[in-house]
Amino acid sequence: MMPKHSLEELEQTAKRVRRAIVQMTGEAKSGHPGGSLSAVEILVTLYFGGVMRHDPANAHWPDRDRFILSKGHGCPALYAVLGEAGYTPKDQLNTLRRLGSIYQGHPDKRFIPALEASTGSLGQGLSIGLGMALAARLDGRPTRVYVVLGDGEIQEGQIWEAAMFGAHHKVDNLVAIVDYNKLQLDGFVKDIMELEPLVPKWLAFGWHAIELDGHNLAALEAAFAEAANTKGQPTVIIAHTIKGKGVSFMENNPKFHGVAPTQDEVAQALKELE
Amino acid sequence: MVMKTFELKSGMATREACGRTLVELGRENPNIVVLDADLSKSTLTHLFAQAFPERFFSCGIAEANMVGVAAGMASSGKIPFCASFSCFLLNKSFEQLRVAVAYPGVNVKVVGTHSGISIGEDGPSQMSVEDVSLACSLAGFTVLAPADEVSTAALVRAAAAHVGPVFIRAGRPKVPVVYTPDQRFEIGKAVEVIPGADLTFVANGLLVAEAVRAALALEKEGISARVLDFHTVKPLDKEAVGRAAAQTGAIVVAEEHLVDGGLGVRVAQAVAEQHPCPMEFVGLQDTYAESGTTEGLLDKYGLIARDLIAAARKVLARKR
Repeated sequence: MMPKHSLEELEQTAKRVRRAIVQMTGEAKSGHPGGSLSAVEILVTLYFGGVMRHDPANAHWPDRDRFILSKGHGCPALYAVLGEAGYTPKDQLNTLRRLGSIYQGHPDKRFIPALEASTGSLGQGLSIGLGMALAARLDGRPTRVYVVLGDGEIQEGQIWEAAMFGAHHKVDNLVAIVDYNKLQLDGFVKDIMELEPLVPKWLAFGWHAIELDGHNLAALEAAFAEAANTKGQPTVIIAHTIKGKGVSFMENNPKFHGVAPTQDEVAQALKELE
Repeated sequence: MVMKTFELKSGMATREACGRTLVELGRENPNIVVLDADLSKSTLTHLFAQAFPERFFSCGIAEANMVGVAAGMASSGKIPFCASFSCFLLNKSFEQLRVAVAYPGVNVKVVGTHSGISIGEDGPSQMSVEDVSLACSLAGFTVLAPADEVSTAALVRAAAAHVGPVFIRAGRPKVPVVYTPDQRFEIGKAVEVIPGADLTFVANGLLVAEAVRAALALEKEGISARVLDFHTVKPLDKEAVGRAAAQTGAIVVAEEHLVDGGLGVRVAQAVAEQHPCPMEFVGLQDTYAESGTTEGLLDKYGLIARDLIAAARKVLARKR
């Protein structure tokens, strides 16, 4: 099973993941760097912070915890983390989006069997995660399920169907994390379709809600521990993040939702991420 | 010439056969789970809910989420049957069926009841007349449309045993029993219900019984009509189609579905590939139906033996 890494180790891992995101999207000349960079600490904490019980040497261990990147376009972050953990070859990350690459444009479990779900059509991962959590409950397994949602993604109606369902069936072995980076493809979330008041929405739907800085590793660890101790209802973590986090010219810049950095921009970004 | 004898006895609705079979399957396999979207008293999955409450999941009126939850359960080793009216399942959750079920190929069984126009008084908003077309367009899906209680029970069992996504189309009204209990069914293998040499009726669902009636009526005129039950629309039994085309030289396809995209076009494709011959198509012609009795609707929209006989005459005229 993956051991818990120290906070310093997590910080170093986060930096390597950021470098990989910039390099692979730059190499691919397409992809979604902004929303990948915003989710880095969330993913690194889950996979290396002693939160998820998982074993890269035994990817299909039946009692494992499960992770779904419902905002599938953020997959460069997930691929870099899977590479760091040893699920997939790190030296192929730069084949992202190429014909035949296991690193498909959106997560595809036909190419990476360690993925729990194929995503990319927004709004679907929470429902799938709830099904996995209920199956684990039926089988008496200790499995917990973690689903990362985009902020724009939760404009999808299916998310709120799933939110009702999760509370109704008291699915307390699932945690949803909203990567609240405030930007979506067409611009600022508040201008496209306002989500606020967001925490009261989830509370009204019967969820336990935790609001935090999504780049604060210690806060994330504490929140996942709090979620694990929350019984009788699912937990949502509203993680305030910065789109493009870690690269000055990408931060809060709507352009980098779905546009890859140029060669020069990659070089500059890597300098900032040394 | 020996006259064909064929008795159509009254039977239960295919949705009821499905609901009862799910209870039997639940008893035999603890991994069978059932999900329903507030229609369990109509889809008859409430029978399963009563027998196995811990394995029944009420999803509320939210089909998209239901399909996603089923996909997650299937990914964790369960065999989920999710049920609703066919129109809501296929139309409202088509995207979930595509991305969460078909694309990763997870083992979800989709039970669409109240298919076709034979639901009657509820009218077109509840009538599923494009579900077969939609289900067939999901890569890797198996698509079943059984004719009676015997074939439904057998095919629901076959669906549970099959690894991969399956759509099972069931109907609301009671339908005649076509088969004796010893009849064997295999996914992807059409059943020859009545042998014949002059033309072939290819049908599924409640049109199989109508095809039997049409064949028996034609026989009195000395016309020998073969009746094939295509309970599996996908994968299509192309060999049975090829044999019918080559041996009878004329085919009438009959289905309770829009003629655009259903069984007819799939059979026509197989005919074109193997042995082109005249074909006629009985089904809904680019329209939505209306409220009425089952019998009144099937009569008005041209889905009874009379219409198959008329199509047979047309196709035979073209054959000559």
